[in-house]
Amino acid sequence: MISINKLFTAVALYTFWSTQVVHAQIGKPFIHDPSTIALSDGKYYTFGTGGGGLISEDGWSWNGGAVRPGGGAAPDILKVGDRYLIVYGATGGGLAGGHAGKILTMWNKTLDPKSPDFKYSDPVVVASSDGVEDQDAIDPGLLLDPTDGRLWLSYGTYFGYIRLVELDPKTGERIKGNKALDIAIDCEATDLMYQDGWYYLLGTHGTCCDGPNSTYNIVVGRSRKVTGPYVDNMGREMLKGGGKMVLAAGDRLIGPGHFGRVVVEPGVQKMSCHYEADLDQSGRSVLGIRPLLWKNGWPVAGDNVKPGTYEIESERRGYALGLKVDFVRMPGRMRFNRNADEPVKPVPSQELADVIKTWPTGNIDLRIDDYMFRPQQKWTVTPVLEAGGYLGGPYYKIVIAGTDRALAATADAEVTTVPTFTGVPEQLWRIDQLTDGTYRIMPKVIPNSKESLALVSSGDSTPTLARFDMNSDNCKWNFRSH
Amino acid sequence: MKKNRMRKAFLLPAVYLMLTGAAFPGHSAYLHKKWSYAVQTDTGRTLAPYFIAPTTGKKTPNPDGFIQRWLLLEPINKPNRTNTVFTYTYLNTAFNTEYFPNQFTILPKDGETVKAGEQELTWHALETNNFNVKLFRFAYGYYKHTYAVLFWAVTVVNSPREMKNVRLAAGSNGASIWWVNSKEALLLEGDRRMVMDDGVSNRLTLNKGKNIIRVALINGPGLSDFCVRFLDEKGVPVKDLTISYQ
Repeated sequence: MISINKLFTAVALYTFWSTQVVHAQIGKPFIHDPSTIALSDGKYYTFGTGGGGLISEDGWSWNGGAVRPGGGAAPDILKVGDRYLIVYGATGGGLAGGHAGKILTMWNKTLDPKSPDFKYSDPVVVASSDGVEDQDAIDPGLLLDPTDGRLWLSYGTYFGYIRLVELDPKTGERIKGNKALDIAIDCEATDLMYQDGWYYLLGTHGTCCDGPNSTYNIVVGRSRKVTGPYVDNMGREMLKGGGKMVLAAGDRLIGPGHFGRVVVEPGVQKMSCHYEADLDQSGRSVLGIRPLLWKNGWPVAGDNVKPGTYEIESERRGYALGLKVDFVRMPGRMRFNRNADEPVKPVPSQELADVIKTWPTGNIDLRIDDYMFRPQQKWTVTPVLEAGGYLGGPYYKIVIAGTDRALAATADAEVTTVPTFTGVPEQLWRIDQLTDGTYRIMPKVIPNSKESLALVSSGDSTPTLARFDMNSDNCKWNFRSH
Repeated sequence: MKKNRMRKAFLLPAVYLMLTGAAFPGHSAYLHKKWSYAVQTDTGRTLAPYFIAPTTGKKTPNPDGFIQRWLLLEPINKPNRTNTVFTYTYLNTAFNTEYFPNQFTILPKDGETVKAGEQELTWHALETNNFNVKLFRFAYGYYKHTYAVLFWAVTVVNSPREMKNVRLAAGSNGASIWWVNSKEALLLEGDRRMVMDDGVSNRLTLNKGKNIIRVALINGPGLSDFCVRFLDEKGVPVKDLTISYQ
């Protein structure tokens, strides 16, 4: 029989774990070679190797249940018009088998297996490898070119070339007469995306399928033409092994691979992948979703906010979010023009206990002002895993450090703090890292409203809730650790 | 700005000596006399180019939406040893103290006088071509104290229709409080520099027709001024208003 002490220890450890680990998804997000995530009838889907896949109601909690026939490996999903094109590889098995493979496509009107419209079309072979040539027809990725509507498929693995072929977006079949182009070597699990006049070829380098010893990592090259040549930031062609790092291991997550992108809305992009091993989940292969950033024209994996205590800095002016309370002076005055030989000693920072008795006990409104690392400007951000989430992230509570005083949305679309966090939806916050690396902060709900608003600087010194605009620094915040 | 701050900092000790009359009554008369003498020896003061005489024509906000027609009360003396005293607690007392009769409701006429303690002060109708209202220059031009003062200003904003969800956006050198139709809309605390759109009110409604905007601004040492405009729901300046004295 388990002892009470052990039980408490287990509960404590779980509590610690559940509030500290926010990088992998929750539920049973176990998958290998996940497709790009697709939204269908209000739910998120991703398919993996071997058939089937994961479904999520909110994009944060994932469980099995997706249905894909055909078995095989490493599928991809692309919505074309009002249908979903699913592509997968039927292969000899790569490392352990031969390299004769086929890439097949099929359609479905919905990804919801409970829908009456759920019915796959017969799969069609669109590319193949003969098992001898320097190519293995596996790991397909799709791109519908937003500039001209043409449909492209990249595929291949470490065994020779990554190839590019063109498909017909109406049928999902190969364009007649289309010849495959070699566009990279040394990669697998490629995917294509378009951004700001560039085509990007994402590939996975390193060793697959070896649990915590997998060296998988995601790299990228880019080209002005979808047909290449794809080069990295050093000018090396991916046909010569080039590639700039997008995501490697970190935070006890090992071996990211199989990139996919989801454009949520202007300024909010997510990337999906799997980690070969999540050391906090038995070292199993899990789905990963993280922010996708753009730095100097290159995609980089971003980070969900980690639990901790931060200054919440407005991008507008650089001021810090804080409570509207009296400024309490620290002891001491001007300290220059002193005797240089006078002994120096540390001066303590102002602490919560020095000021909290001067604060009102009810709701306290907010201001934004110059950061002086005063207690009213320090915020502790903690994921609330049981409160659900959104694509790739949990809701957070945001409280003044050392207190339970929580940031909250009000019914008149303003922000305040309440003395105690109670977990009601207006005290829960969605935090998305934006494509430029700053963050968007949104309440889960605004009382008595269906509007979706974000924390915004209406003036240098004034926070409010308003519609998010990626082109305005009013809408952007930084979590700074000092 | 940094240079300005430094200058401000260096002025503090001198101003401190001048302004602590209440705490050091033995020195007060001498200091006040010396200060008054310094003011009176300068006979060439003018409000130009900071202000222009009131006009009677239609006045709209400037192209950026700033309000440039005001009734300004000569400053009330308000000694303070440092601008860092302007906390919420201090200001709630300072701005809610009655200094002259009907100060929260008055819509004065040009030249009207009020009695604030021992001071007899005059309201002046003035306009400016600047985006900001330079209260320091107003006080200086009328040979009044420029530091350690409390200003009051009123204007009338006429709206062609009811405007919901607009915001008053203000900046002030010195702490300030703003009322729209007698309701507090914004409080800017602390040792402020004047920055356009520094503080912004919650969403409010401008009535169709007359809306009275009132501001009180307190400062120790500093070039007191303010700027104010209204922003619509998208943050765009509201410009289809007219500004009048009554």
